[in-house]
Amino acid sequence: MTERRIAVISGGLSNPSSTRMLADKLAAETVKQLAERDIEASVDVIELRDFAHDITNNMLTGFAPANLETAINTVYSADALIAVTPIFSTSYSGLFKSFIDVLDPDALTGKPVLIGANAGTARHSLAIDYAIRPLFAYLHAEAVSTGVFAASSDWGGGGDDVAPLGKRVEKGARELAEAIARKDAATAADPFDPANYLGEGRSFGHLLGGLAGE
Amino acid sequence: MSEQTETSGVQFGLFTVSDITQNPVTGETPSERQKIKDAIRIATHAEEVGLDVFAIGEHHNPPFWSSSPTTTLAAIAAQTERLILSTSTTLITTNDPVKIAEDFAMLQHISDGRTDLMLGRGNTGPVYPWFGQDIRQGLPLAIENYALLRKLWDEDVVDWEGKFRTPLQGFTSTPRPLDGVAPFVWHGSIRTPEIAEQAAYYGDGFFANNIFWPKEHYQRLIELYRQRFAHYGHGTPEQAIVGIGGQVFMRANSQDAVNEFRPYFDNAPVYGHGPSMEDFTEMTPLTVGSPQQVIDRYAAMRETFGDYQRQLFLIDHAGLPLKVVLEQLDILGGEVVPVLRKELAKNRPAAVPDAPTHAARVKAVYGEGPAREARPGANRGDNLTAGSPYQDTPAPAGAAFGLGRKEA
Repeated sequence: MTERRIAVISGGLSNPSSTRMLADKLAAETVKQLAERDIEASVDVIELRDFAHDITNNMLTGFAPANLETAINTVYSADALIAVTPIFSTSYSGLFKSFIDVLDPDALTGKPVLIGANAGTARHSLAIDYAIRPLFAYLHAEAVSTGVFAASSDWGGGGDDVAPLGKRVEKGARELAEAIARKDAATAADPFDPANYLGEGRSFGHLLGGLAGE
Repeated sequence: MSEQTETSGVQFGLFTVSDITQNPVTGETPSERQKIKDAIRIATHAEEVGLDVFAIGEHHNPPFWSSSPTTTLAAIAAQTERLILSTSTTLITTNDPVKIAEDFAMLQHISDGRTDLMLGRGNTGPVYPWFGQDIRQGLPLAIENYALLRKLWDEDVVDWEGKFRTPLQGFTSTPRPLDGVAPFVWHGSIRTPEIAEQAAYYGDGFFANNIFWPKEHYQRLIELYRQRFAHYGHGTPEQAIVGIGGQVFMRANSQDAVNEFRPYFDNAPVYGHGPSMEDFTEMTPLTVGSPQQVIDRYAAMRETFGDYQRQLFLIDHAGLPLKVVLEQLDILGGEVVPVLRKELAKNRPAAVPDAPTHAARVKAVYGEGPAREARPGANRGDNLTAGSPYQDTPAPAGAAFGLGRKEA
């Protein structure tokens, strides 16, 4: 069985970061859920803070410095994405959005995504559904229906006793694992392969269309 | 007879954007008139210092001035003798292909064959709607418009119907290309495999601007172009016609170059206020330093791209004053290019073609024989029914309305 790869982007700014803690929980639980389905998976975590300057430079120059390019390719080639951001001013952080903005707009099409977010209090929890989910819908990613929100209190005894964080993580991870299991392993399509930009077995004449009589 | 440059293997030259940028050191912003005159002075000086090519961009909004490249190039042609006039790029998406065919055939005649051009799709979104086009059709426009441009140059009488332009029946683009040989065409692209495919399909040249991004970004496109050039039967991949750009700033002492260029870099429209100059010079082909550093960097380009035919440098943007640009040209022509010519000639396989010139392309068509000199017949309204509109050629098959010819 092909090993699957999960890319994790974590938009937290502090270190240690509760965004990263949530991201790690989601990743570990997804790997566990996949293992229960006899699917091996590995995880690549991208801490966006490490790429903050590169992301800005990418916006200004139009190209990704080498390290950032590696991170971007990690996302492109992954079987699934776990995307976790702190909630800033009712939405994803600017750094998180900036990273999404330097991706190819088609790169996430059809990719299973598990959304995570964290903030100081549970009053921000709907930001996942009104702010973050539309972003991934726009990009034609396939975000699983459960998004996992963690408030500061979830990390101690003051969290939700009825649906504690561990349960919510498990639910989201299970949905992501099922989405991964339903799909074939991701393959990267080479944009410079004529079969991809012309179509299999086609030649430039097809781009010319009626002009070349093909 | 057409002028011929003495160069063979690789042509060296300048390409210019035509930006009017405030000089960040003096705070002055030159006028349009001054920058236009400066460009002509830079081009003539490029010839004086021994460069081969001057290419100019096309823009339709401030702070750029070059909206009408063939006008500028014609003025330069009148003041030079060897320099090849080219573009970087001519917008194949939003210009009428008929006007491109006419303008560049004109320039060929004016310049005695010292004309080629580079086609591109442009990078200013609003230009599409300003010229009545839809940017989402950028690629189909580039493909269809070029197909028409080719036809207008290759056939005296054209019938045409496409998606984007009003149809043509029995149209002749005048003047006919000089010596019956159309200007050489480069296709410029930095990310689009279909454009590499287009260049390969026609056996035209392919140019990667090789500025602003790491050179590896262009490498895959050039490699694709080379493979597809061979696929379409024009020769081996090594025989494809490749041009690249580059960007340099030089002083005898490397640190002087760094100090002097830094304010221009830091405030440049494209990359200013972004990465440090040190990071940017490491990541991209921009080289700021001594002439020897430029030589070392650019002599090694062929290791990435294979042996190529044209090397253009960007040296005049970001508000650099004329005096500095002319000094850069002196260094480029005096110290750098002569060495690069020797370096790039070393171990260059015999099968790699020389850079295209009009004279060589005429010779390839006619050998030692006389080239075409187009002479129109008197037009009594029967050009299309009584044979060719030109006295010197038999009417081509498939001309307007498909009417038969009576000639032998």
